[in-house]
Amino acid sequence: MGKLWLICIASISILLPFLCNAFSPETPTDRRVLVLLDDFAIMSSHSLYFNALKSRGFDLEFKLADDPKIALQRYGQYLYDALILFCPSVERFGGSIDVAAIVNFVDSGHDLIVAADVNASDLIREVGTECGVDFDEDPSAMVIDHIGYAVSGTEGDHTLIASDDFIKSDVILGGKKIEAPILFRGIGHAVSPANSLVLKVLSASPSAYSANPKSKLSTPPPLTGSAISLVSIVQARNNARLLITGSLSMFSNRFFRSGVQKAGSQTKHEKSGNEQFLTEISKWIFHERGHLKAVNVKHHRVGETDEPALYRINDELEYAVEIYEWSGTSWEPYVANDVQLQFYMMSPYVLKTLSSDKKGLYSTSFKVPDVYGVFQFKVEHQKLGYTSLSLSKQIPVRPYRHNEYERFIPAAYPYYGAAFSMMAGFFIFSFAHLYSK
Amino acid sequence: MATMPASASDLLKSFKLKTKQQELLIRVSILCLVYILAFITRLFSVLRYESMIHEFDPYFNYRTTLYLTENGFYDFWNWFDYESWYPLGRIVGGTLYPGLMVTAVLIYRILRFLRFAVHIREVCVLTAPFFASNTTLVAYFFGKEIWDSGAGLVAAILIAVCPGYISRSVAGSYDNEGVAIFALLFTFYVFVKAVNTGSLAWSLASAFGYFYMVSAWGGYVFIINLIPLYVLVLLITGRYSMRLYVAYNCMYILGMLLAMQIRFVGFQHVQSGEHMAAMGVFFLMQVFYFLDWVKHMLSDTKLFQAFLRITVTSAVAVGGIALGLGMVSGYISPWTGRFYSLLDPTYAKDHIPIIASVSEHQPTAWSSFMFDFHILLFLFPAGLYFCFKRLSDATIFIVMYGLTSMYFAGVMVRLILVATPAVCLISAIAVSATVKNLTVLLRSKNKVVQTGSTKGSGGSKSSSKALLDQSQPFQKNGAIALLFGAFYLLSRYATHCTWVTSEAYSSPSIVLAARGAHGNRVIFDDYREAYFWLRQNTPQDAKVMSWWDYGYQITAMGNRAVIVDNNTWNNTHIATVGRAMSSYEDEAIEIIRSLDVDYVLVVFGGVTGYSSDDINKFLWMVRIGGGVFPVIKEPDYLVNGEYRVDKGAAPKMLNCLMYKLCYYRFGEMMTEYGKPPGYDRARGVEIGNKDVKLEHLEEAFTTSNWIVRIYRVKPPNNRW
Repeated sequence: MGKLWLICIASISILLPFLCNAFSPETPTDRRVLVLLDDFAIMSSHSLYFNALKSRGFDLEFKLADDPKIALQRYGQYLYDALILFCPSVERFGGSIDVAAIVNFVDSGHDLIVAADVNASDLIREVGTECGVDFDEDPSAMVIDHIGYAVSGTEGDHTLIASDDFIKSDVILGGKKIEAPILFRGIGHAVSPANSLVLKVLSASPSAYSANPKSKLSTPPPLTGSAISLVSIVQARNNARLLITGSLSMFSNRFFRSGVQKAGSQTKHEKSGNEQFLTEISKWIFHERGHLKAVNVKHHRVGETDEPALYRINDELEYAVEIYEWSGTSWEPYVANDVQLQFYMMSPYVLKTLSSDKKGLYSTSFKVPDVYGVFQFKVEHQKLGYTSLSLSKQIPVRPYRHNEYERFIPAAYPYYGAAFSMMAGFFIFSFAHLYSK
Repeated sequence: MATMPASASDLLKSFKLKTKQQELLIRVSILCLVYILAFITRLFSVLRYESMIHEFDPYFNYRTTLYLTENGFYDFWNWFDYESWYPLGRIVGGTLYPGLMVTAVLIYRILRFLRFAVHIREVCVLTAPFFASNTTLVAYFFGKEIWDSGAGLVAAILIAVCPGYISRSVAGSYDNEGVAIFALLFTFYVFVKAVNTGSLAWSLASAFGYFYMVSAWGGYVFIINLIPLYVLVLLITGRYSMRLYVAYNCMYILGMLLAMQIRFVGFQHVQSGEHMAAMGVFFLMQVFYFLDWVKHMLSDTKLFQAFLRITVTSAVAVGGIALGLGMVSGYISPWTGRFYSLLDPTYAKDHIPIIASVSEHQPTAWSSFMFDFHILLFLFPAGLYFCFKRLSDATIFIVMYGLTSMYFAGVMVRLILVATPAVCLISAIAVSATVKNLTVLLRSKNKVVQTGSTKGSGGSKSSSKALLDQSQPFQKNGAIALLFGAFYLLSRYATHCTWVTSEAYSSPSIVLAARGAHGNRVIFDDYREAYFWLRQNTPQDAKVMSWWDYGYQITAMGNRAVIVDNNTWNNTHIATVGRAMSSYEDEAIEIIRSLDVDYVLVVFGGVTGYSSDDINKFLWMVRIGGGVFPVIKEPDYLVNGEYRVDKGAAPKMLNCLMYKLCYYRFGEMMTEYGKPPGYDRARGVEIGNKDVKLEHLEEAFTTSNWIVRIYRVKPPNNRW
């Protein structure tokens, strides 16, 4: 019995670091991913994508979307760091998952990949709406492009699109340029104008439109041109990252492997850009790239090292912060030349670009303005693709104390002179008045 | 002396004291009793509730006093308070009158030195009654100075229980006025003494009294305008004397130098319009003195007449030009809004809603004169009559003090307080003189009856009077009846004062009391409950937005930063809060976020029927907000000029932030039996918008009687 205990404790103590190795501020990369599928066939038909994730160290757990046992959290703790919804046709999730649960999952800082498809269920559309995108309301609509379609053996209905209208961000799409167009077949969506956080990563070309390919167009299609987004991302305010796309098949092995030639273009690519595009973007979604942290915020008067509880007007002060970027395995110094510091009270009184030593340390020094009040040191670094860095630290600025003003200023000497000559004169006058007789 | 009651003197004869000593003994014992009475009559609130600070402003005073005891004077002097007026902060040391706090701490230190283990709160609570007691002594000496010691005694008694003074000096009402009235009366007394004696020492004392007054209360402006006015009247009536010259010059120069040491006053004392009268009169005195000297040197009257004309013209011209230049160059600041509103009661209503919104600044109703003065209101004219009959420098002063302060009392409710000492003194003269005349009548009659022909023994005046009066029958009976009448009136006065003190002026207003259905007392302690909640459950650096009335209390009791408070120095900041409260929620949230607000606090009386809540104050928020931000328009909140919250209310009213915060979840509540849910007991109507939905704020805490409701500002939507 005792031995069993020992083994238990030993195994727990060995496993503990791995168990704790979940999403945390220190290692922001996700570890445990729940994949919800319509049916298990997707596991094999999309295995390239899943294997790419597994090879990067993710622990994928595949479940059917209507499995009654699935749950995102137990005892108030989330069981997963990320969720992949490859179940476009599910009408109801099994277990305790519903739209609200998914929204809460995201709102507590977890990541989400949603792939819809033609005939996407209302449930998936609702998830999309919660994330700030609106799928085409016509359930059988697809994105059609009679100019930017992918050339294939048979003259189809131009629903297989080759798109190369990417967002221009190395952080999101990786440093290596994606040469080949992306193959896409599925439903289009529009980003909600009210949502300021959603971004189009892959847009349709201006000649695209969203309609049912099998029926004749009787009315102008609701979604047209580059307003159609094929793949969108959202970085929520708590830095949870979301990917929404209208095509499940773009993740499939078939699309990954097939060659692509865009209509009207002479170049034929051996391999579509899907694999590179989706792998790179999954790195971004799962926080292997573009995740910043700021540590060691320090401020003090010039020549001192301790942080004061408040400053005085016209103090000279130094401010320093270290910013690091997560590379997927370790924290590397973040190098940028546009990190700015505000000394803020209702509006920025001082706005300075922090100078970097290329090792992650950003610092500046400035003079406190001649205004007292409760100020804030604010670093609002919001750069496309990076997690938003929003530091604010409250610091009161007081006016001079009564004994901190300059004394014996030259302009006052006439007054001193007047006072003392008056005193002397009064003394002489009194003396003369009293003893003159 | 004749004021002494005959029966008492009989009693005292058994102690074998000389008449003088008997008189002194009676006087001293009366004064002692009055001293104690003045103190204990102010303790109702301590006995009823507990030893606590009342109202709004006293909480700030208490907080600063606490800071002073803990950090010492220099830190207090330089205190920059970043918990109020977020994010502007407030230089507390430079924007308050430190006299009250310093006094309380001094008393505290003395008691500590004497090994009395008191807490500073106890000292603060009892400071006002203690100074009220001291005021009775000053009133006695003042009365003695202007009339006689009998009038002094009556004045001391009257002022000890006068409700007009008690309203501001009950235990717990730890406010500037508590000590300031003492300082005011002391300054006046010593100044009158200085004018009467021409003594430099007394006038020096009055300069120090003035200094104490300046350090204690902004009402010192009254002194620095009344005294020059008085001097001017004396000059015009030809009562100019060397005594006056010494008294005024010494008092003005030294008082000015001392007053400038108070940071809040500083150079205002020589630069602002309110203080210019004193300076003008000072120069006028010098001109007078100079002319006197020239008249003394010149024997030719014709020549002097010409000289007089030239001097006066040129002096007035120089003064006028100096004033004009000062005004134009901005060296002399114009009168402040408060000062204007004193001279023109309608000024504040039209121009400065923030002053007009304070209930203390409303014009006084007749009833409150009756309430606060009772019989003094009738004795006051009688006293004036006696003063005019025996005109002297001192009586001229008290007459002027009485008349001007009565005018100001009519303009603003709170200034009844300033008028109270004058009214008490003048009434005391009336009472004392009447009673004295009546008793003289009685006693001389007795003498006539007893001794028959001894006419010469009594005072020449009284005996001749008695001789004259002998012709009237029933005169003695009439005098007795009148005396009884006077005593009846005075006893009614005492009863009234005690009743008023107990019923009206002894409620702390931070704890509310009401009568329950069975006549039992119900205590609503919601304010402290809410502030305690804030203190315990919110982050240390949380900012609370509320209407400015509650700012001092939130910082003092809740220990959290507030956006605006009762020190209404920044109208724009208050208007911003007013605008937020009167906007729709999605507009308000922008303002709320820009001010970094974490919690919003409203006071709501709909459940308890507490009428001075935020809904009833709301129109002032609209007016003050609209005064700075014209997007807020008062007519949007009214229906046909009528302010209502029921179904007929204006749509903007029904959806503004204040309405929503007050009536959130109220629509489903049953407040009174037999009334529909959502029945507002404070306004007696069923509310118009029962389905209140909040988008950007969420309810964080509501006190047990719903009087204080606190809402948390939600962070921006995570995904939008």
